[in-house]
Amino acid sequence: MKESEALQRSGSEYNFGSYQRLEAIYNWMDTLVAEHPKLVTKVLIGSSYENRPMYVLKFSTGGTNRPAIWIDTGIHAREWVSPATGIWTANKIAVDYGKDASLTSLLNTMDIYMLLLANPDGYSYTHDNDRMWRKTRSRSPGSNCRGADPNRNWDSGFGGPGTSRNPCSDLYHGPSANSEVEVSNVVNLIKAHGNFKSFISVHAYSQLLMYPHGYSCKDIPDMAELDTVGQAAVKKLASLYGTRYEVGSICKIIYPASGGSIDWAYDTGIKYSFAFELRDTGLSGFLLPANQIIPTASETWLALKHIMEYVRDNPYYTQH
Amino acid sequence: MSPALMRVLRVVVLLSAVRGAPLATVTLPPVILEPVPLEPVAPVPVPSEPVRVDSGADQNISIPINTEQQQQQQQQVSLDVDVMLTGELNPNHYPARRAAQVVLHHLNTRYGSPYWWGALRQVHKATAEALGDSGRKYSLEVTLQDQISGTKETCTAEVVFPGGPAGGPPQVTTSYEGKSEINTQAQEEALYNQYNTSQNLLSGHNLPDSYGHVAPGMEPFWHLGGVASSFVMLKESSENTLYNMAQVVSVTQLATENNQLRFNYDVLLHEMVSQEIIHWKLLASWSPQEGVKASQMELLPKCHHCEPPQEH
Repeated sequence: MKESEALQRSGSEYNFGSYQRLEAIYNWMDTLVAEHPKLVTKVLIGSSYENRPMYVLKFSTGGTNRPAIWIDTGIHAREWVSPATGIWTANKIAVDYGKDASLTSLLNTMDIYMLLLANPDGYSYTHDNDRMWRKTRSRSPGSNCRGADPNRNWDSGFGGPGTSRNPCSDLYHGPSANSEVEVSNVVNLIKAHGNFKSFISVHAYSQLLMYPHGYSCKDIPDMAELDTVGQAAVKKLASLYGTRYEVGSICKIIYPASGGSIDWAYDTGIKYSFAFELRDTGLSGFLLPANQIIPTASETWLALKHIMEYVRDNPYYTQH
Repeated sequence: MSPALMRVLRVVVLLSAVRGAPLATVTLPPVILEPVPLEPVAPVPVPSEPVRVDSGADQNISIPINTEQQQQQQQQVSLDVDVMLTGELNPNHYPARRAAQVVLHHLNTRYGSPYWWGALRQVHKATAEALGDSGRKYSLEVTLQDQISGTKETCTAEVVFPGGPAGGPPQVTTSYEGKSEINTQAQEEALYNQYNTSQNLLSGHNLPDSYGHVAPGMEPFWHLGGVASSFVMLKESSENTLYNMAQVVSVTQLATENNQLRFNYDVLLHEMVSQEIIHWKLLASWSPQEGVKASQMELLPKCHHCEPPQEH
């Protein structure tokens, strides 16, 4: 059958406007790869604490170790609109390649890596046990409480402000940096690759677009540039439905938070590091109605595209 | 020289002594002070969190080995807080937004109903000043929005966070004079009459459910739960919290008493700074004439299979 028909058919089988269980998401990833074999591959980067496979979707038109953009969704389990947005976005990239001139030119020189379920154990737990779970599901010696906050576990100001050393806390940073296998899997990939130019982590809720640092409120050297990129990105986001986002550093906009992923990415030399907090601003909070998934993903795509185009157009070299 | 100016200059001088940096130029009030980064000996101090029975969050202040560093550390804690929260604030940064959120909780306790549920839309201006008794006062200009109709209004407000060991809830005054009640009055009276009964008492749960869905006809009771929760969120708020209601776990109507509809609510609150989900029970009473009141507010333990926090 024609490729376009195959795309339509697959699109109608997976409901992008709904929240799906982990198994359905994993099945859909295989479908996407099968339908876009020249563009998308599925990379196993390791397993979660409870031995769920962690897959990254790699969008690449070739080359060897091209400069790359990283996007992760779902690191905090209860933030369901984050992976839902990731899935829609992955599909959008696959479908628009070859049709959207800007995206096509981007993918002809850069790769995009998407980790849709950065915390698969947590995500599964929110479906079957506790909708409000945030952390991983690792066991802590000497405690009945489980899990560490995977976004306090990175090696960037580890153990600093905005974290807890109590395993029962939702901000528990874990026994040490990279103790959570979900985090170390990503760290290993990024380090081994060595050519990421942008690192974007997607969360919910609050409608914010943030740049480093969280562990310190002191301005980073690239603050002016990142702020400009961020302001332009949220302007494009707002153009679709009028959704308002604030832009600023993590520490100043939301709170001091140490051991976060985009702080680590920035400090290792990945300049264009951003974190999104998607819809809404507290009315539904984590329980965002499913009918807002596609509007959220659609408006966020405009911001993501802006950032990615900027990264494409502003190559840089990092000394390590 | 006024005591206030003395205090500001003393802060700056001490800061410089700690940092070893040249004296910053201080202009007379209003002083614009961004959160000042101290080059820390130990990690930058965390703003102190309210003591909560079930909270596992604790401060991460590593204890330096020698006494001199310890004293410096203690000075850094108080200085950091003083400097961060005095003068004109960036309205988009968290200190202003947290204070503004308190205003909204206050307004909901006064004006909220099953058909009016206010939320913070934007902070336009914010200043903060230290009060003599170690309390703090914020002066704000905010736009609030009714989450049901979308109507927006701008008002000014003052929030006083009491200091000292006793603490206590924030005190709020605003210029807001009450929403235009024309639109909601009919709906409120219809709802009141429909449920003013001792039979077929309403009950519901999971508003919204995991998928964000609120069962048809239950929306007013979701809103009412949010408004009633503002009583809790207001009294629990400090400069180090940001509360939203995450979910109504259950709502159970009781027999009407003194012409007030009454509901037992079980709610989950999301506290953004600690990222904790906090479980409260409360009794909400409501009538179109009296508005919403909350009583018998009770904090429930975080979870039964978790250890209570052993340390602070």
